Amino acid sequence: MAAAAGALFLLLVAAAGPGRAGAGRARRDALREELLLSPLPAGDVAATFQFRTRWDADLPRGAGTDHHLLRYAVLPREVVCTENLTPWKKLLPCGSKAGLAVLLKAERLFHSSYHSQAVHIRPICRDASCLAVSWELRQTLTVVFDTFSSGQGKKDWSLFKMFSRTLTDACPLASQSKVYVDISPKNKEKELLEVTPTPASVYEAIVQGDKRTYAVYDLLSPSLFNTSRSLNVQLKWKRPQDSSELPTPILHAQRYVSGYGLQTGEISTLIYNTHPYRAFPVILLETVPWYLRLYVHTLTIITKGKENKPSYIHYQPAQDRRRPHLLEMLIQLPANSVTKITIQFERALLKWTEYTPDPNHGFYVSSSVLSALVPSVIAMKDVDVEQSPLFTSLFPSSDGSSYFVRLYTEPLLVNLPTPDFSMPYNVICLTCTVVAVCYGSFYNLLTRTFHVEEPTRGGLAKRLANIIRKFRGVPPL
Amino acid sequence: MSLGSAPRPGPLRRRLSGLGGRRDPEPGLSNTPPAAMGLLSDPHYRRALSRLVLRLNTPLCALSYVAGLGWFLALAFQPLAPRTYMSENAMGSTMVEEQFLFGERALSYAREFAGHKKKVGGMPVAWLEKTMWSLGLEVYQQPFARTLPFPDETRERYMVKGTNVYGILRAPRAASTESLVLSVPCTEGPHNNQAVGLMLALAAYFRGQIYWAKDIIFLVNEHDLLGMEAWLEAYHDVNVTEVRSSGTLGRAGAIQAAISLELSSDVVTSFDVAVEGLNGQLPNLDLLNLFHAFCQKNGLLCTIQGKLPRSDWDSLPAYAHSLQTLLLMVLSQASGRPRGDHGLFLRYRIEAITLRGINSFRQYKYDMTTVGKTLEGMFRKLNNLLERLHQSYFFYLLPSLSRFVSIGIYMPAFGFLILVLILKALDLWLKLSKCEPGGGPPPHPLFPPLPAPTIFLILIPLFCQDSRPGLLVLVPPVLICQAAGLALYCLPVLGQRVATQHFPVSEAEAVVLTAIAIYVAGMALPHSTHRVLAGASSDRGWMTLKLLALLYLALQLGCLALLNFSLGFLLAATMVPAAAAVQPNGPRVLLAALLVLATPAATLLLGIFLQRELVEAPAAAGEGWQLFLAAVGEGLLQHHLYGALPFPFLALCAYPAWLLLWNVLFWK
Repeated sequence: MAAAAGALFLLLVAAAGPGRAGAGRARRDALREELLLSPLPAGDVAATFQFRTRWDADLPRGAGTDHHLLRYAVLPREVVCTENLTPWKKLLPCGSKAGLAVLLKAERLFHSSYHSQAVHIRPICRDASCLAVSWELRQTLTVVFDTFSSGQGKKDWSLFKMFSRTLTDACPLASQSKVYVDISPKNKEKELLEVTPTPASVYEAIVQGDKRTYAVYDLLSPSLFNTSRSLNVQLKWKRPQDSSELPTPILHAQRYVSGYGLQTGEISTLIYNTHPYRAFPVILLETVPWYLRLYVHTLTIITKGKENKPSYIHYQPAQDRRRPHLLEMLIQLPANSVTKITIQFERALLKWTEYTPDPNHGFYVSSSVLSALVPSVIAMKDVDVEQSPLFTSLFPSSDGSSYFVRLYTEPLLVNLPTPDFSMPYNVICLTCTVVAVCYGSFYNLLTRTFHVEEPTRGGLAKRLANIIRKFRGVPPL
Repeated sequence: MSLGSAPRPGPLRRRLSGLGGRRDPEPGLSNTPPAAMGLLSDPHYRRALSRLVLRLNTPLCALSYVAGLGWFLALAFQPLAPRTYMSENAMGSTMVEEQFLFGERALSYAREFAGHKKKVGGMPVAWLEKTMWSLGLEVYQQPFARTLPFPDETRERYMVKGTNVYGILRAPRAASTESLVLSVPCTEGPHNNQAVGLMLALAAYFRGQIYWAKDIIFLVNEHDLLGMEAWLEAYHDVNVTEVRSSGTLGRAGAIQAAISLELSSDVVTSFDVAVEGLNGQLPNLDLLNLFHAFCQKNGLLCTIQGKLPRSDWDSLPAYAHSLQTLLLMVLSQASGRPRGDHGLFLRYRIEAITLRGINSFRQYKYDMTTVGKTLEGMFRKLNNLLERLHQSYFFYLLPSLSRFVSIGIYMPAFGFLILVLILKALDLWLKLSKCEPGGGPPPHPLFPPLPAPTIFLILIPLFCQDSRPGLLVLVPPVLICQAAGLALYCLPVLGQRVATQHFPVSEAEAVVLTAIAIYVAGMALPHSTHRVLAGASSDRGWMTLKLLALLYLALQLGCLALLNFSLGFLLAATMVPAAAAVQPNGPRVLLAALLVLATPAATLLLGIFLQRELVEAPAAAGEGWQLFLAAVGEGLLQHHLYGALPFPFLALCAYPAWLLLWNVLFWK
């Protein structure tokens, strides 16, 4: 998967803030929380937390978003770590004291092979007529625990093994608090997983074009904590995994810098469409810093050996030190194809004060963003958004035949020509010496002529007289 | 004397002399020249200087040459070579506690690999993929194919097909922007199985750790350098050579450093480290320091150029020892050929070294665990790197593993050698710009014989054309020499088919023999061309040609020494005396012998004998000749396969320059 794990994305929608409205009267349905455990084919397990806090604002719904206020910013160098997790946890109504949030123990969350954390704020309609809006704060956190770094080779999982905690109660403020475990059978065979304790109910849904079955544990139902005081969901594989055949996602991408040397280079993006028979369009958004001077005429898009002309291109050239290149394209991806997008660039020379600390580390180029409506293999039925589990909203579908996917490719690390900062003094000395000695004397030699004046020495008497005159301080004869 | 200035000084000149702050009304009077430029602007000094250059030319040249050689020999003297030290902050101060304990596991992997390799009769691609996959790596394979320009007889390959297999350990929670490489060549026969085993054991151990900040690529490359070149080109998506490869490639960002491992025994007595890469490029000295530091930490014996370090330094044998090491390094750097699979990384600015496990008859042996610990330590320190390795030296010579000679100290040795050529050229120039009073018309009033202003000095030979051979005389020999060089560069490979049809030789032999034939034939080609032109019989003809040849040679060697000091130095050390001495009216047989000895091919032959002498395996004459033939073929192959530069440099630059000198010798 080409998802950038570490990068911190900031999506700022500069609309009016939530204000004070609704802060006082926390309703019972203010918080919905859930945890989704999905075992991955290789034996690893992904855990996705989703918390959704909602409050009513007195603001009327605006006519639409003002696009001049829309901002997109990326910090590709920043990696998510504990200092991002702590303030994130403080946004939760129950903090990390009760409910699913007790599992959020930094020590375990960062002992994982993948970590992704997000905050979304959006207005949602309060009713069908949409005269008033509520605000929704959605916080998601996904971690992937892998068998190699935490399991000592064993592929069985439990909540305690993953988070070194178990669940004891729901958050008192939550209207919904559920744990879902993906127990979908593979290839319509018998189920591969054994889950304990036995789930109270089973939920079926179509997520990302795939039919999935989930075991559901409702923390709010009193029967759950009847037998034992805590819930420790355990997953056991029933048979050894045939791990060498991983399902490939329908849309995935890879991005890299090609070429060598410090003068030019090329950014290549490979986009794969592995759908057997459907073509679909994808929007590629690329922001490249100004110090990589893109040669736009070298932009080539090649699919299956032929040029693939994009149906739409928006290009905003960079301005030095002010704004980056912005390239947005709508590209049609034929079925079962690889599309290669290349664009050449030249590395600019920065001013010596513009280099970041550790300039030899290289400069980051942020991920490009791929957004697409991926056609689904299975027809999806419309579900009631309010009733369905929250995680389905991570992959919203516009209609029954496709679902939305947004991918972030790898950020790139590009080396720019870097001066040797350890020797400015040497450079200054050398330059001054070269200018003073070589330039001066050569200029002099080239622009002036010198000739010998034959000395008319005169006789011995005259020379003696001159010596005497010299001592006297009068000009010689 | 009526002198070389217009009767009335121009306004510019007047103003300049005014600016000079002189009191004299006459411009250009030389009574008080500024001290810094007095030597050149004062006609008296200039005359004295030119007289000095003319009179003492031969002793000065000899002195300079001896000084150059002496300086070079002194480089191995320990007090002149400082101790190496770690410059990179991120690697110097951090502590690493190695915890690799899986030496036995490495050996069992190695045995398994050897079994599968034997069964498949080559690289066990499927087994490697499966094993790497089960270790939790992302596995990719890269099939490649390459048809060599002519068959390589030493390695017995012509149409090469192979597969590289590599696994990527993704650093947890990082975005795959940087990576490190551990590469192991999969060679034929029973070699290098232990290296693969150790690599797999390390991969298994590394996979369980969560401290990685950079991805680690574990690469098994087939057909040593060919596979490596194919992999590097595919990874960087460039096509420098004609290698073809296919397959989807996983990538892991910018590669920061690479280590190539060669290990063929279950236990080792010492480790040899190879640094010289393609075209004599060297990795950053810090990488070598890192290896040295971990060798010392783990008590591992490590060598460079196969020479053990000595504890003493102030005795004569110790000096001889470090001189041997230094000479070996110079020879191997001059060959321009990578001394290990790491050599090709350097083109992409990836610092890389090759580590070779040696199992000799020493008593104390080290097991796989110690070796694995050393590698673990190195990788963990490289993992700590914030920046690319750039703090330490990129240009150095190593008289031992713990001491280095930096570029500032070894360059004067080369400078002294080049000074010989410049002194000689100056001597010729001064002689040429002196118009003989006897022959021809009287000197042009505008152009004084000596001392003339520099700007006019340049033009003299052009204006003196009426009385002496002009520059036109030089055109045929220069063109012919260059054409001979071009033929030497192109014909051997292009004409191999014709050669094999007409002579009973194999392709590889045909190429090498054609190259030698063209080389020798070039010497017979051009001696009578200048006779066609009138007035070429005087001394000026050959002097101008020699001047040109000397300057050409000095320029070439000067440029070369900046890129590959060793090759530049070796060529200068052999070619300079002959180039300085050559002239048509002397002991011609002696000079011809000297010149033949100084030809680059003879340098190569001598280099081979010297190298064999230094590694204490002296070659007999016949064996040396065989090695020479092999080296010529190898040089051509290296150029076509990896873009090595020594062959084109010798064929297109050094050989024509040498032919010009040969022309001078036979000037009639």
